[in-house]
Amino acid sequence: MTTETAMTITYEDVQNILKIIDSSALEEVHLELGDFKLVVRRHGVPGASPTIEPAATPARATTGTAGSSSAPSTRESARPVAPSASTPRAHGVEIKAPMVGTFYRAPAPGAPPFVEVGSIVDEDDTVCILEVMKLMNSIKAGCRGRVAEICVENATLVEFGSTLLVIEPAP
Amino acid sequence: MKRVLIANRGEIAVRVIRACRQLGLETVAVFSTADREAAHTRLADRAICIGPPPAAGSYLNIPALVTTALGSGCDAVHPGYGFLAENAGFAETCEEHGLCFVGPPPSAIQAMGDKVRARELAAKIGVSVVPGSDGPIATLAETASVGRRIGYPLLLKAAAGGGGRGMRVVRTESALADAFVGAQAEAGAAFGDPTLYAERFLERVRHVEIQVVADAEGAAVHLGERDCSLQRRHQKLLEEAPSPAVTPALRASMGDAALALVRQIGYRNAGTVEFVLEPASGRFYFIEMNTRIQVEHPVTEMLTGVDLVTTQLRIAAGEPLGFGQADVVMRGHAIECRINAEDPALDFRPGPGLVTRWQPPLGEGIRIDTHVAAGTTVTPFYDSLLAKVVVADGDRPAAIARMRRALADFDVQGVPTTIAFHRRVLEHPDFVAGRVHTRWVEEDRQASRGPRE
Repeated sequence: MTTETAMTITYEDVQNILKIIDSSALEEVHLELGDFKLVVRRHGVPGASPTIEPAATPARATTGTAGSSSAPSTRESARPVAPSASTPRAHGVEIKAPMVGTFYRAPAPGAPPFVEVGSIVDEDDTVCILEVMKLMNSIKAGCRGRVAEICVENATLVEFGSTLLVIEPAP
Repeated sequence: MKRVLIANRGEIAVRVIRACRQLGLETVAVFSTADREAAHTRLADRAICIGPPPAAGSYLNIPALVTTALGSGCDAVHPGYGFLAENAGFAETCEEHGLCFVGPPPSAIQAMGDKVRARELAAKIGVSVVPGSDGPIATLAETASVGRRIGYPLLLKAAAGGGGRGMRVVRTESALADAFVGAQAEAGAAFGDPTLYAERFLERVRHVEIQVVADAEGAAVHLGERDCSLQRRHQKLLEEAPSPAVTPALRASMGDAALALVRQIGYRNAGTVEFVLEPASGRFYFIEMNTRIQVEHPVTEMLTGVDLVTTQLRIAAGEPLGFGQADVVMRGHAIECRINAEDPALDFRPGPGLVTRWQPPLGEGIRIDTHVAAGTTVTPFYDSLLAKVVVADGDRPAAIARMRRALADFDVQGVPTTIAFHRRVLEHPDFVAGRVHTRWVEEDRQASRGPRE
């Protein structure tokens, strides 16, 4: 998809327009509103890189303080990692936490991490560890591809079902 | 103690969060994916998803709970009631990881958890238990001699059992043989263990329990009784205090018995010692001890002005109780009705669904403990308790009148409720006269089903 936008409309507006068009069967759309001109082609121009990420459904942030009089201190250990709704997520297969636990990127302190962004992984490769009461649970890539994003900071608590990494599957 | 993980859901999680906030403690709630929008999830300072809807993967998942408590910087865990509240292993695991368990020591949970051992312990310190066989009975001849010793009617019970299976009431010795063989066969089929034991069958008894609190220094007081005779298949429906069947002298001797047990097992924190009471004779017998906060605790709070949940937290933090037996004053009368998402006309069948209208009663002397609001979805995964309506007034007739008014004002739509059932009970001459017993609901079909509406 290719877009040409004037500065008179927001990024969010464009994203909404694209969502509407994307859910239709149209191959190509030209939209002109005064100074603003938008051209969308479903299969794009060769070599052009997409500027809009498809809207991943981010898990709801549940660290709200609704009605609370005293928000907890911001001690590092107290911050469960809830994916923020505003964080754009890379396109690909999301690896979700199958349990609540502490997220580790490396097999031991000081050891090199299992993967970095850009690493090529096989289905059975371990990409991280979730520790639950001293029990180390290896989390596998689950598919062949390239690590597109690591969504959690090392040594933090992750919720059940939250996204740990995103793998861009090999074609 | 600074930050408390609440290892529960529903109205009790909300209750504990409020108590924590009252004391300036931070709260971390846990939730299953079915409770993402639940009240406790929204109310806590922080909420963490710990697993899927079935409780075994979430609210009963000890490693997930302990990991979450540690990872979110908690230093204490409140278990609420149900789920892991009376699991000695959970209390122990918390302590091993440096988390303060808001409840009794694991040893006290264990001592009271085995019902046969608890009964023996009570008997040993002179608290009367329902007369029965000392341990299991192997033969018909042995059972007959137990019957001659303690008298009829006799209740045969499966040692491994519960839920009424392998259970027989025997009224005369001539009927014993049939009942013994039948109960044995039923127990074997239901539990894979035909072992029986026998107890004197007590008819027309009331369920009366004593609330106790004890601190780490060994100071222990009781906060009087709650009468929970109105129950159905051992599920309490309505509780009140004081009991219409308990005199001040009887209250004192039940309180003494409860505190003797508390001291014997080195109990700490809040707990409840349950008895059956024969109203005519004033004789009472120990049944069991619940080593946790109970559903019906607000009845005692309304009557005595003691906040039991903040007291639990203070005791767990090492503070002294701060009051003695002489300071405990009971004023007036309090009643609690449990409003469940159940249909009394359909044998109290649970009815999950979307609550489309929720208008609880308001006003003087009324307290509502709930996690429900309009738009709440009642899921089929957990218990059906929607709310507890608690009222207090100067005396029993006034409290009954206040509860009638409160329930008349309670408008719930979208799910079935037990509101209409309670309204019938509150009008029933037996209840008004204080004459109900633990089998009254089952025996009085009019009360439980009522006319078709």
